[in-house]
Amino acid sequence: MNYSFQFGEILANGDLLLRGLKLTVLLFVLAFSGALVCGLFIGVARGSSRRVPNLIATAYIELFRNTPVLVQLIWFYYALPALSGWQPTAFTAAALGLFLNTSAYCAEIWRAGLQSLPAGQWEAGRAIGMSEWQLLRRVVVPQALARMVPAFTNRGVELAKMTSIASTITVQELMYEAKMLSTQTFLPLETFTVVAVIYFVLIYPGTLAAYALERRLNSKGA
Amino acid sequence: MANVLPADVLPADATPVLAVEGLRKSFGTNEVLKGIDLKVGAGERIAILGSSGSGKSTFLRCINFMETPSAGRIALDGTPIGTEGRNGALTAKSGELRRLRTRVGMIFQQFNLFPHMSVLENVMEGPVTVKGLPKAEARAKAQDYLKRVGLAEKADQYPQRLSGGQQQRVAIARALAMEPEILLFDEPTSSLDPELVGEVLDVILGLSREGRTMLLVTHELGFAYHFATRVLFLHEGRIHEQGTPDEVLKNPREERTQAFLHRFSAFHF
Amino acid sequence: MQYVWDFRPVWLNFGVLLEGLVNTLKLSGFSIGLGLVIGLVLAMGRLAPTRFLSIPATAIIEFYRNTPPLVHFFWYFYGLPILTGISLTPFAAAAAALSVQSGAFFAEVFRGGIVSVERGQWEAGRAIGMGHAQLMRRVILPQAFRRMIPPLMERSFELVKTTSLAATLTYGELVYKAMVLATQTYRPMEIYSTVAVMFFTVLFLASLGMRAVEHRLARRAAR
Repeated sequence: MNYSFQFGEILANGDLLLRGLKLTVLLFVLAFSGALVCGLFIGVARGSSRRVPNLIATAYIELFRNTPVLVQLIWFYYALPALSGWQPTAFTAAALGLFLNTSAYCAEIWRAGLQSLPAGQWEAGRAIGMSEWQLLRRVVVPQALARMVPAFTNRGVELAKMTSIASTITVQELMYEAKMLSTQTFLPLETFTVVAVIYFVLIYPGTLAAYALERRLNSKGA
Repeated sequence: MANVLPADVLPADATPVLAVEGLRKSFGTNEVLKGIDLKVGAGERIAILGSSGSGKSTFLRCINFMETPSAGRIALDGTPIGTEGRNGALTAKSGELRRLRTRVGMIFQQFNLFPHMSVLENVMEGPVTVKGLPKAEARAKAQDYLKRVGLAEKADQYPQRLSGGQQQRVAIARALAMEPEILLFDEPTSSLDPELVGEVLDVILGLSREGRTMLLVTHELGFAYHFATRVLFLHEGRIHEQGTPDEVLKNPREERTQAFLHRFSAFHF
Repeated sequence: MQYVWDFRPVWLNFGVLLEGLVNTLKLSGFSIGLGLVIGLVLAMGRLAPTRFLSIPATAIIEFYRNTPPLVHFFWYFYGLPILTGISLTPFAAAAAALSVQSGAFFAEVFRGGIVSVERGQWEAGRAIGMGHAQLMRRVILPQAFRRMIPPLMERSFELVKTTSLAATLTYGELVYKAMVLATQTYRPMEIYSTVAVMFFTVLFLASLGMRAVEHRLARRAAR
């Protein structure tokens, strides 16, 4: 076992990986920002006592949480053109799939966050005549948000890892470029080691932030 | 039953500010309110007494639809609130509910101030968000009401820095800022340390001198005596006895009322 | 546009999909078992009083928790043989990647469960003269175990979903079988929809089972 590593050649192709990285980041930003907002609406519906919105939201959440994201991405890649006649690019299909998947998880975080607020806060808002949306915007979300940030950060970490699956439907993000590079250079060991480290450097700060936020939250006793 | 009929209290031609008819409320199979009738004239101050489980808080919370009545009718200034559904329960559209609640203020046992807003912002919240008042106007008004409850200097503090008594006074200012026609107090001093009860009761007494229409659920019998123009004693979801404070608190006719008052042996007027 | 669904190719080849599902479950079961062992070792390492153990264990845990599983699949399949001279079958590479990664997650569950037991419990045990091992076995683990079960199951469900990535190594689990069928029958929509339903059925039933277990645990704890 005296293999001599050749990291030089991988680093020489850094621009290729950098190009992929840009797409990875773009996927992440699009899917995550959309899911944070969309998750609120689904989460409110999920927590609602009205039967129809509740049922739809529950079905949506369970469907996305109980199937592999790989299957979801492939499905959107094939289903959208067949069902709507619109042929999305691989990138669009991946962004859409990741967005919908993450929305389901964010919805559960929102629901838990909204329910964590004491009932008296909802009552106080209602008692001065606030509408449900005013209540959410002015009273509930500002208070619940702080408690939900660690959970959202964790979800962001999961999403960042998930973006790599977009490579399987030929989105040319970091993982895809890595596969290309490994076959071009015949250096899979070095390539995948370097790419793993890139992902780690990218994602670990998120995890550290979640740890820190959780500790701060616990020490505040909130 | 020795009810003082509303007609005895109100001038014959006056429309009551609040009229409740045949109000019932059930939670599952448990019927908490079993038919309550009440007419409240402008400026009346009504103290609602009763042991725990008598339904007094539920009754209060039905008036502003914090709980949806299972049956009966509620009218504000002669206008009925909500419509009767097929099962007899009242339903109100959300817009109607919001209008109702701007006209009927509520003060909670647990204060329920918004912890992420300063004292001033708490009081401004309703006028700005719900009534759409310009901020400057709302701020002036909020400062005014804070002065009224003696907390003008706490305007920029956050609620958790205040004592329970101060928090409850802010909650009163928050309700006043909506300029409601009726104020509902749901055991406003029950979660306060004994030494903080007085400051809150003083504020409420001050309001009573302004001729406001108020309904108050309380365990403070002495306070009820000085505060109320009429006292209701609730028992098992019904108004068991009502009358002036002297009638109900000093010479109760009903056995249940006597037994209830008797339990507060250390009670002096 | 009206898409005409045709599920006949799915029914004709359902045996192939079932075979894939069996392989999915095989890979899952194997990786969960091995992952639990690895997780226990990593957790003990991380909680060990000497830094020679705790630092490497922490490094492995954090590295695997913060990198995509797909990278590890490729690393074990294409990279490891170069380093060791032993080439792994797709199953072995997938199982290795899954076990180590889920081991890292399991380790955190174990550790979390153990540290979540209140300090007073440790002190009470020491106060009646228990040694570390006795304390662990008699006091801490029985209490921690209950709290570990739900997150361990949750993590195992994640693992089942992640096994689908073994398709990229051409291991014949459910998604790979579906890919092959899709190119043979030109009916990707019907096939992938069926695959989604199959995953959903397995995982949803499992999570219902988990909720029942949680409920029982909560009831027993309340007693």
